Amino acid sequence: MRAWWAQTTSELRLTLRNGEQLLVGIIIPLVVLVFFSLVAIVPLPDGVTARVDVVAPGVLALAVMSSAMVSLGIGTGFERQYGVLKRLGATPLGRGRWLAAKVTSVLVLIAAQMAVLVPVALALGWDPTGPVLALVPALLAGAAAFAGIGLLMAGTLRGTLTLALANGLYLVFLLLGGMVFPLDELPSAVANVAQLLPPAALTGAVGDATGTSGAPGGATAWAVLVIWALGAPAVAAWRFRWE
Amino acid sequence: MVRGPNPDAPDGEVLVSVNDLVVRYGDLTAVDGVSFTARQGEVLALLGPNGAGKTSTVETLEGYRRPASGTVRVCGLDPVTEHHSVVQRIGVMLQGGGIHNQMRVGETLSLFAAYYPDPLDPAGLAARVGLDHRMRSTWRSLSGGEQQRLSLALAVIGRPEVVFLDEPTAGVDPAGRVTVRELITELGDEGVCVVLTTHDLADAEKVADRVVVVDHGRVLADGTIAALTATARTSFTFSVEVATDSAASVDESALGAVLGAAVTDEGRGRYRVGTSPSPDVVAALTSWLAARNLGLGDLHAGRRSLEDVFLELTGDDADGHGENEP
Repeated sequence: MRAWWAQTTSELRLTLRNGEQLLVGIIIPLVVLVFFSLVAIVPLPDGVTARVDVVAPGVLALAVMSSAMVSLGIGTGFERQYGVLKRLGATPLGRGRWLAAKVTSVLVLIAAQMAVLVPVALALGWDPTGPVLALVPALLAGAAAFAGIGLLMAGTLRGTLTLALANGLYLVFLLLGGMVFPLDELPSAVANVAQLLPPAALTGAVGDATGTSGAPGGATAWAVLVIWALGAPAVAAWRFRWE
Repeated sequence: MVRGPNPDAPDGEVLVSVNDLVVRYGDLTAVDGVSFTARQGEVLALLGPNGAGKTSTVETLEGYRRPASGTVRVCGLDPVTEHHSVVQRIGVMLQGGGIHNQMRVGETLSLFAAYYPDPLDPAGLAARVGLDHRMRSTWRSLSGGEQQRLSLALAVIGRPEVVFLDEPTAGVDPAGRVTVRELITELGDEGVCVVLTTHDLADAEKVADRVVVVDHGRVLADGTIAALTATARTSFTFSVEVATDSAASVDESALGAVLGAAVTDEGRGRYRVGTSPSPDVVAALTSWLAARNLGLGDLHAGRRSLEDVFLELTGDDADGHGENEP
């Protein structure tokens, strides 16, 4: 318990020490939320009057992606490259508590992001009208899916390659995830593929919990999300190399 | 200073045993049948040039590699299958640290202290390795020597029974070297079993109770420094004092015939005689010189240095391998 807690606080401290983590995790989602809620760039789906109602769910999904995939992936990738994981292997911390500390710190980061983004969205007039408690399983499943992708990169690629790829995926997923541009604005072939990827599935599931979003929800979105949430961490665990 | 064997060592429990260890990476055989043991309170140096198989041996003991054949035991346990138990009882210093760039000294010590049930006090340990004034410095901002000293502190913070140190003085300045060597000696005195690797003969000579010389994955010698350096000499050297304007010199073949051994000119008035410096040989040499009015400068018949032994065993220039040196 003591080792897990010390490891968790250490992880969080290192995350906060990185300016770019704050940028990717809080500033960019905040800017996207405010900008696209106030400026009429993206067409509104039928039956939606307040722009923020579409943008806010996508921004929550974006925040989860930044913490669970980008921050976790890049941080862990460099820890592996610099032999930090190897060194930990010779301590009694163990892989179980190491992973528990990583998971806890990601969940704390996501909670902190929600604590900033949700009040701002509400202040911008967001009016969630769904079974909002479903937000919790949606965000947790999204975190698991993105963490699996982040750790798969971290455990198989060089730190610098993980850095580039995680940031590249962040941008691609931002565009294909219905987070800013609704999925039905994309060419249908692209949209069909995008629906099978975790960002659109998460945006859709968050939309189910809060009323609407830029990606289709329903059983398909939840099924895709759960498959990624189980599959990506499993593949990461299978392929992960500690040195 | 050459340390004698630790008087407690022969009675100490065997904590590290390596039995006919073979480690391979694909087609490359890094360790080729190494065996040795180390006991409680003993400081054992694995001495050899780079690429000798030292790190592979130690990393097998730490549980990072599986033997291709042979066995290793630490505290009687298998480091791979009983890893969880082994890591409670060992301390490790890897080559290259393995500490997060942005971690501060104080944070790192406190974090590692939290991994162990009964750790040393981080502040006291920092003072012991001379880093108490650097507690808020990040790993990245430390000098190579400071990083090594922090790594050493992290290896001992959990009060281990066995400590593995891979090149503990590499990159450390002379003052830091003294600190590192003192700490290693203290560990042995406290009953810790220390296995360190080094290509630095001075390290081995100053801290080790026992030296295992390895090269090309094999053990070339294993013993106390005293035992390794005391083996019978097979040659000695002498020098002659020759006035600068004198053409006098030693006729090597004539002298060799008198002494019954080969005499070779090593340059600058120094000659090597290929036999042990027995009283008869020395007497014959001095009278031969006297008859030719040549003065004896010095006669080097002392104990061999560890360097002599090492060079003889590895057949290599030890300095030529010092690429880890600052």
